[in-house]
Amino acid sequence: MVHVFLIHTLRTTKVEEGLCRVLYSCFFGTENSPNDPQPHGAERDRLLRKEQILAVARQVESMCQLQQQACGRPAVDLQPQSSDDPVHLHESPCGAFHLTAGDPFQEPRTVVWLGVLSLGFALVLNAHENLLLAESTLRLLARLLLEHLRLLVPTANLLLRADCIEGILARFLPHGQLLFLNDQFVQGLEKEFSAAWPR
Amino acid sequence: MFTTGAESLLLQAREIRDEELGKFCARVCALLRKEDWGPDAVDALRRLFLIVSATKYNRRLEKPCVALLQTTLCSPTCPEQLQLLCAAVLREMSPCDGLSLSCDHIQNTRQLDLVASVLLAQGDQQQVRSLGRCVLKVLESRQPEGPGLRHLLPVVSKVTSVAPDALHEGQTRALSKRLGDWLRYASVQQGVAHSSGGFFSTPRARQLGPVTEVDGAVATDFFTVLSTGQRFTEDQWLNVQAFSMLRAWLLDSSPGGSSAPDADDRSELEGSTLSVLSAASAAGHPLPPQEWLQEKAFEYCQRLLEQSSRRALRKADSDLQKACLVEAVLVLDVLCRQDPSFLYRTLSCLKPLYTRLRGDPAWVRALLPVAQFFLRHGEAAAVDAEAVYQHLFTRIPAEHFHSPMLAFEFIQFCRDSLPLLGRNLGVLRTSFPNLFKFLAWNSPPLTSDFVALLPSLVDAGTAVEMLHLLLDLPCLTAALDLQLRSLQAASERPPWDVSVRAPGCLEAFRDSQVQGLFQHLLRAQASGTAERLTPLYRLLQPLAGCARVVQCAEAVPTLLRAFFSAVTQFANGALASQLALLLLERSDSLYQVPGYEAAVHRVLGSQFPALCKLHPPLVVEQAKELLEFVGGPRGGGHVLTSVVWAIGEYLSVSWDRRCTVEQINNFFEALEALLFEVTQSRPSTTLPKCPPQVISVLMTTLTKLASRSQDLIPSCPRPSAWDTPSGRWSLHESPFCVRGVSAAARPGPSRPQSLRSCQRGGPQPRAGRRTLPNLPKTASRRGPHPLPP
Repeated sequence: MVHVFLIHTLRTTKVEEGLCRVLYSCFFGTENSPNDPQPHGAERDRLLRKEQILAVARQVESMCQLQQQACGRPAVDLQPQSSDDPVHLHESPCGAFHLTAGDPFQEPRTVVWLGVLSLGFALVLNAHENLLLAESTLRLLARLLLEHLRLLVPTANLLLRADCIEGILARFLPHGQLLFLNDQFVQGLEKEFSAAWPR
Repeated sequence: MFTTGAESLLLQAREIRDEELGKFCARVCALLRKEDWGPDAVDALRRLFLIVSATKYNRRLEKPCVALLQTTLCSPTCPEQLQLLCAAVLREMSPCDGLSLSCDHIQNTRQLDLVASVLLAQGDQQQVRSLGRCVLKVLESRQPEGPGLRHLLPVVSKVTSVAPDALHEGQTRALSKRLGDWLRYASVQQGVAHSSGGFFSTPRARQLGPVTEVDGAVATDFFTVLSTGQRFTEDQWLNVQAFSMLRAWLLDSSPGGSSAPDADDRSELEGSTLSVLSAASAAGHPLPPQEWLQEKAFEYCQRLLEQSSRRALRKADSDLQKACLVEAVLVLDVLCRQDPSFLYRTLSCLKPLYTRLRGDPAWVRALLPVAQFFLRHGEAAAVDAEAVYQHLFTRIPAEHFHSPMLAFEFIQFCRDSLPLLGRNLGVLRTSFPNLFKFLAWNSPPLTSDFVALLPSLVDAGTAVEMLHLLLDLPCLTAALDLQLRSLQAASERPPWDVSVRAPGCLEAFRDSQVQGLFQHLLRAQASGTAERLTPLYRLLQPLAGCARVVQCAEAVPTLLRAFFSAVTQFANGALASQLALLLLERSDSLYQVPGYEAAVHRVLGSQFPALCKLHPPLVVEQAKELLEFVGGPRGGGHVLTSVVWAIGEYLSVSWDRRCTVEQINNFFEALEALLFEVTQSRPSTTLPKCPPQVISVLMTTLTKLASRSQDLIPSCPRPSAWDTPSGRWSLHESPFCVRGVSAAARPGPSRPQSLRSCQRGGPQPRAGRRTLPNLPKTASRRGPHPLPP
């Protein structure tokens, strides 16, 4: 079960200026436990959620930077050579790490992340989850988003394309449910999506 | 891509003022009110979504706007694109008081799906429960409107995970029965393909034939997620959805909820109910729904295990096979925990599976859940647990340490298995050198997991060896790098650091003279011996600046602290003594990574007093070595400070009866000489200025020692010690005269370091706090003074 899906900026080295920005996030359901003794204000809950997501994004960014440094990959690796080069997602840096209870979510969670072209994609999952499935779902989502949002074109940005992201999530990660989709199912869903979405 | 244009867009969306937002909302309302579903509405809603989601603070939208968003969401004529945007905006605003959405009268499945996403985000338990009931009602109805039921199963799964008591038993049973049917009885024919027809032919529907397996063969049995075809029917979609939510459903819907029965309680039951006859073969009797689902789930998993042995034509399908295999084993584990009568049948298919997976490195990640299954049910199953551990802990880490996802999963497996290993914890403990390879290679994500795992890994027998290895962890990283370079053929994206070329190191790696040392460092199991790896430090120096080595070095202080806090729980006097000695030996024998020595000294400096406190006589026991340490070339100030302090504190008869006056005198002389040296010598480039803590702790210690030995009290000066003009002070000039001593520093424990800052290579903690010294009350410089009792 996925709790959060997020897309954020990914700087290649810490030296680059700017902050880590969350470009899109989707919280599936909420974290309130039924026996919550202190009902918080709605605003405070929302603020907390946003902060939690930002904390996760920052950790993913630093994990990705550390992994890239350790492999000695030059910074230019995360930029495409030209918009025609296919992006080899199976070579993109990816990893997983634990979040302990309280830091920042109430329950312990696992984060699976993928870094593609200065964007970070991350799934926040239950502590014990089928990570093989989570990893392949994340790669699938990244590929679909890159293709349908045409993110390889430098001027494209996904801030104003939330409907497209929502459409993809609704089909491939409905309500945070990881799906066992073989290649043909994926193709079928993609066709359905392309047909339903006017360009 | 994040260009500056996008950055400014984000800032604009955040800074938009309330009046502007109000005007914009009015525009959106106008468009939605007249049901203008064109590109203007899409663009407006996209911008509205950005405005609401860009800021972490609440955005107040006008009530009419919110109401219109809800109406549009439920409107049957509105295209999906707009409906999704409305749902997204409402979800972003959640939790929100002004929502009036309810699912009570919705029959259309897509609409229900969209409303559900908003209601779930609200977090109101009452609403979630009523949502659950609505969805189940629609699922049970005969002719639901809309694109089909498959959109609703994820909603049910989410509802039961958020509110486990949302569904009552009757509904749960009904759904369990249907899930079992969908899993087992989906159609094995492919869906109907509609060709649109050309100019001369009419559109017609073509039957595409039976579904196929992932290797192209015609399907041999019922439909599963690993069955492919060109088009799929609705019940095949439900099959996929049902399997995707199966494990969570089995856990949440079993009586007693998601708490699985305790392994201990079940083992007795397992022993007594194991039989060849399973529940299903009680011929003819229809099973109650929960058992029906369990039986169908079991058959499904068995089929998946068989299908996973086929050679997939597409890579994506091959990846899916692995994920399905893992899921199938996890589901089987849940089934066996819930009903031990499944155990016999499960073992008969898992044992050959384990044998098959062992030999194939591509399937190593799928091996872990199988091993966990054997660990959990091993006693009842009479599986050779030893052989399982041997393979797991000896071979896998050595061969696969460089794969980050496997490393993560393996360590999680170790942590989860701790309660299951029980008496066999020894196997895990002796394999710590192999486990440390994961840590050495992938330190940032695994450090916190290892800190949690260390207390279980360390025991009295391995503590000394483990400390050596922890101190040598960056050296291990460098050695693993060399090992990879020497073993693997050059590929396009090698796992080692491509920016560092170390041809000399590679030759050194193959040099027969140091082979033994390399092999010791890269050993798979605890050997019980310790080797000095100093020659390796020199040879591996070119790799010391490697990013991976530096990252590992940054993680070591945290691990050392965790190690010591675990060891001090059970260490006896002998072990404390050994470890203290090790600290001294290793403090100047470390792999020279930039910043590493200083950081390690800080930790060792704070841990030495802890060891002494645990076993105060160790100062007397190791007096000879300590004397050598303060007399000879020393490491950093931190370790020296602690050692000197410990000498002052514990070198007395009150802590150990074996303490002799001669020992005290010897230490006094040595420390006096040291103090002279550090205060008299001029700082130069080779000899850094001595930190003030060292001077003040030397002064305090000398005072303490002086108070314990009659010979040292200057009213009876010894000619040899006191009259030589070459640099000895007279009584009144002596800097360690009691009257002249100011509040001196005593090294206290360092503040525990935040794990997060360690993971990101953040700043190291400051040195210890200053407290007043613990001067003996009887210290005096006048008159003969007996040794304190």
